[in-house]
Amino acid sequence: MERIPILRMGDTLLVTVQVDMHDQLAVRLLDDLTEMITKARARGVLIDISALDMVDSFIGRMIGDVAATSRILDATTVVCGIQPAVAITLVELGMSLAGVRTALDVEKGMELLRAAAQD
Amino acid sequence: MPQPRTDSEGGALRIEIAEGQDVVQVRQRAREKAQAAGFTLTEVTKIVTAASELARNTLEHGGGGWAEVGVVATGVRRGVRMVFHDEGPGIADVDQALRDGFTTGGGLGLGLGGSRRLLSELTIDSVPGRGTTIVAVRWK
Repeated sequence: MERIPILRMGDTLLVTVQVDMHDQLAVRLLDDLTEMITKARARGVLIDISALDMVDSFIGRMIGDVAATSRILDATTVVCGIQPAVAITLVELGMSLAGVRTALDVEKGMELLRAAAQD
Repeated sequence: MPQPRTDSEGGALRIEIAEGQDVVQVRQRAREKAQAAGFTLTEVTKIVTAASELARNTLEHGGGGWAEVGVVATGVRRGVRMVFHDEGPGIADVDQALRDGFTTGGGLGLGLGGSRRLLSELTIDSVPGRGTTIVAVRWK
């Protein structure tokens, strides 16, 4: 079954989305991440979507769901690498990803997660 | 008014929409055609995103159908024209369906209204019980 790999680095989970996701794949990622957060007792989730050249309302909702679910499980989610054209399109579509923490790249995202862990 | 013609590079091939992976195919075709028409990266992204929303509607609400994506030109204007067709239950109230937040599925209700914002023209022809045809154009 097609899956997006989730890497574990200490108490942080790292996901790099590199394929054009169909809806089922996005749903599976949300399920897998939720399970991994609990299993690995993760405190942070970093999702790198710099390779995604499109985020529509379905993928946007999935991202919001990951952020909300992880928060309930006491983990922080940061989404990084959103392309400028994708950001413009998301806003025009009517999705501002409210409640989702974002960073420009993986490095800044890791910094954000470290800062969140110290709070 | 001159009728839009489909030029050589715009040969609008029909893509059947029967499963989630087909929505990805429609996105890829929309990207190819938008790039061929000379749109900027941001415009291409908007067209591809709208194509994704509309193809998903065809699948989720229409129970499947087909899409055609092609390059069109009228006089000096060029653009991308996308047609989505299904023979599903149809849309009872088109104005309501275009409103943000209105949904009959489990989504956010941004698909139709959002797509209209991302494109230049969006025409919905729907007969309850017979199906829906959406013609969407983004002009340069």
